[in-house]
Amino acid sequence: MAPDAHTDKIFDVELSHLRDKLLEMGGKVEASIAGSVRALIERDSSLAEKVRTQDREINRLEVEIDDMCRRILALRQPAASDLRFITTALKIVVDLERMGDLSVNIADRALQLNQSPPVKPFHDLVTLADLSEAQLKKALDSFVEGDVEKAEEVIQGDDLLDALYQKLFNELLTYMMEDSRVIRRATNVMFAAKQLERFGDHAINLAEMVVYMVRGTDVRHPHSRDVQQG
Amino acid sequence: MTPAQEAATRIEAGGSEPAGAQAHLAPPRPAVGGPPPHVGAGAAEQEQPKLQVRCLKAWYGQTLALKGVDLLVPPRSVMAAIGPSGCGKSTFLRCLNRMHELIPGARAEGTLLLDGEDLLGRQVDPVVLRRRVGMVFQRPNPFPTMSVRDNVAAGLKLNGIKGNHQEIVERTLRQAALWDEVKDRLDESALGLSGGQQQRLCIARALAVQPEVLLMDEPASALDPIATAKVEDLIHELKEHYTIVIVTHNMQQAARVSDRTAFFYMGELVEVGATEKIFTNPDKPQTNDYVTGKFG
Repeated sequence: MAPDAHTDKIFDVELSHLRDKLLEMGGKVEASIAGSVRALIERDSSLAEKVRTQDREINRLEVEIDDMCRRILALRQPAASDLRFITTALKIVVDLERMGDLSVNIADRALQLNQSPPVKPFHDLVTLADLSEAQLKKALDSFVEGDVEKAEEVIQGDDLLDALYQKLFNELLTYMMEDSRVIRRATNVMFAAKQLERFGDHAINLAEMVVYMVRGTDVRHPHSRDVQQG
Repeated sequence: MTPAQEAATRIEAGGSEPAGAQAHLAPPRPAVGGPPPHVGAGAAEQEQPKLQVRCLKAWYGQTLALKGVDLLVPPRSVMAAIGPSGCGKSTFLRCLNRMHELIPGARAEGTLLLDGEDLLGRQVDPVVLRRRVGMVFQRPNPFPTMSVRDNVAAGLKLNGIKGNHQEIVERTLRQAALWDEVKDRLDESALGLSGGQQQRLCIARALAVQPEVLLMDEPASALDPIATAKVEDLIHELKEHYTIVIVTHNMQQAARVSDRTAFFYMGELVEVGATEKIFTNPDKPQTNDYVTGKFG
């Protein structure tokens, strides 16, 4: 007796439309981060410009999805799993939109770096980018599949990302100490790396919301629970 | 958590001890003229459930309509019963003041305790019981030949309750948030009131005999949204003094007015819990399907 469909079929259509829009937005953010990282590593300025342009699509989707959610809240008064899905949607669009902005920041750095001679290759930057992209992909998969285990893997995966960022930070610092002429360029690389690290943090937010959506339990800020209010 | 929710959580956690011992005997009947006595919220730790239902079964002829329901209702709280048509929620409600047995061929068995007192026993006079457990029905049903005043006082007369009826009528109408609207037409026919006013009059009539528990069977389903809001607001006021069990098809209404929600399906109590939990994160998949509108 666990039907998947709502008695009101139109409501099902609305929910699946919303889910599609979220995935479309997620897909665009995936393309955006991949594009900005490639623009940086392959010194491809036209690709960086493309990332900047396509961010408008991501922004538009945020507004569109917000609208859809508000409409459903007002007209359907969703409860239980539907309510958790809608509130999750409202929250993850904020993260997705921000992730798009972080990609644009990376693209901007790529445009600046491409005007100067190349810095030495930083392998950890590529790894960091791969890891951030993988975190987003896994978070989106966990959302589509309602897979809490996958979401938890994303949450746990952040330690690796942070450690990698720290290592890269130290490497860049040493690089700058050795040769002050590279400071401007290395700072741009460092800035791009910081965006990737923050990108990973947003992937965690997505994953945490997926856990809430599926289980109804809030796993955010476990260490802040005991803090007294007021 | 409200005190009522806490009490309920505690009651359900340790609710397996058999009730009905001397300590659970009902408090003295309230004197007519004031709300039933009750301990303050601070004494919630010692509170017994107002109603204890154990393995309640109800039949219509050969048909088993309630298949063994166990449920506790904390005092001065609102419990909503939801579920699709035919799930047993109205039967459940009607068992609580033994109106179920008025239907030819219908019977109920199990344990039903009000303040620890058995309600289903043969020695219990159903008429006396219904004074303690009042009921409000789906359609406003004021006595058509009676004035507003006489409608409220009807139960007092029927039960031979002495006292200043005039005062009781006013106080009860005030409790039902109707006094200001009808104070100048107390002697006019009750049928001259609007549907929403008639329903609040019926609530006043039920309150006049000082019940401890108020059962409401779809009390707002025949009312417009404003009248519905007034009845819902009234329910919030009334739970200060009364224990309310409400059956409703309107899930938003259950969400708005109740502290706890019980979901019935096919004669069984599927899940009961804090209303907030039932509507955000119920434990049972069937409950989730029902509150999200996937069947029923």
